Amino acid sequence: MFFPISGSHISPIYLAVVGFFIGILGGFFGVGGSFIAGPALRAVGLDWNFAVGTDLAHIVGKSVVAAKRHRALGNVDLKLGLIMAFGTIGGAEVGAQLIQMLKRAGNVNLVVSIVSIVVYISISSFMIWESRKTLRSKKGGTVAPPTSAAAKKHDPSSFAHVTRSIQRWKLWPMIKLPASGVTISLWVILLVAFVGGLFSGFLGGGAGYVRMPSMVYVLGIPTHLAVGTDLFEIIISASYGTFTHAIKGNVDILIALVMHTGAAIGAQIGAISTQYFTGPKIRLAFVPLPLIGAAIVIYTLMTGHKL
Amino acid sequence: MKKETAKTLRAFLIELIIYAVLVVGYFFLVLHFLGESLYQLEIHHRYTYGGVAILLIIGQAVVLESVTTFLLRMLRGRSE
Repeated sequence: MFFPISGSHISPIYLAVVGFFIGILGGFFGVGGSFIAGPALRAVGLDWNFAVGTDLAHIVGKSVVAAKRHRALGNVDLKLGLIMAFGTIGGAEVGAQLIQMLKRAGNVNLVVSIVSIVVYISISSFMIWESRKTLRSKKGGTVAPPTSAAAKKHDPSSFAHVTRSIQRWKLWPMIKLPASGVTISLWVILLVAFVGGLFSGFLGGGAGYVRMPSMVYVLGIPTHLAVGTDLFEIIISASYGTFTHAIKGNVDILIALVMHTGAAIGAQIGAISTQYFTGPKIRLAFVPLPLIGAAIVIYTLMTGHKL
Repeated sequence: MKKETAKTLRAFLIELIIYAVLVVGYFFLVLHFLGESLYQLEIHHRYTYGGVAILLIIGQAVVLESVTTFLLRMLRGRSE
């Protein structure tokens, strides 16, 4: 099928199937899935700039579906998501400026590749250590999948002592988040969002692989709420990204709409599935995602062929 | 338990069929009727195109989610 905006011929079935699988990941883990969508769009001949912009537009739609379903399950902290959106947008702008600086210096690909490999592997290593330790402990291993809002707030973590000390910083203004059962300084929330946005602007995509773990380990948000709130926050930040890419001529909305028809089903399946898993198990299952991202970057570095 | 699983699978299959119809509808309606207009908009009015793109994707998401939630309620007799 011909898509006139990007001037590409792509099978709509292929787009819907890719959207479906990315939708499941997004609904379950609260990530945008750009590390798969980007290469999948590139594989069928879409230019890199269109792959990035179109993927962002599709992420908006998928996140709306998944966030609505998570909201129905009580997994979205609206107040936290709105605050984080400001930090994310600011961080994304700074990340994009950093990319421009590196472009001028002429070594953007190498620096971005090395940073992303280090970040992806560090996140995976830390999460595998933490979630396995929590699952082996008495507290984490015996917890059943949470069925109520109160149960969701009880999310054991082997890193909880560090999170509690961060929450004890009384840096004015303190923000009370009743939905998540957390009170924390506004500046810590903004910093976490800013760092997520920075990676989003610097490495591309929604950077859910950084933000979701940071929300759990730094802010102390229970995993189920971190997934739902991250999706809600992605709606705002990815909409902003879609608009800025659209005015630069990088968005083929027709491709995004077709991809989203598959993603809408996948996102619902992913969101509903979180009910059947405890926080540490979701975190353990999250581990391969950044590793896939790292493998794609290593492949690109070694072959020179951008996926 | 088996009965419940069968019911869930049946509901999911019906949902998939309805989605497939929607997908086909989009392929013909959106791509054929909206394709050219969006293409022209993208060339001549980038800012409007950006806004329309966001509205379209959010609108589609809300409609698909609402339709399937409604269908699931009807098919399974309970909210999910």
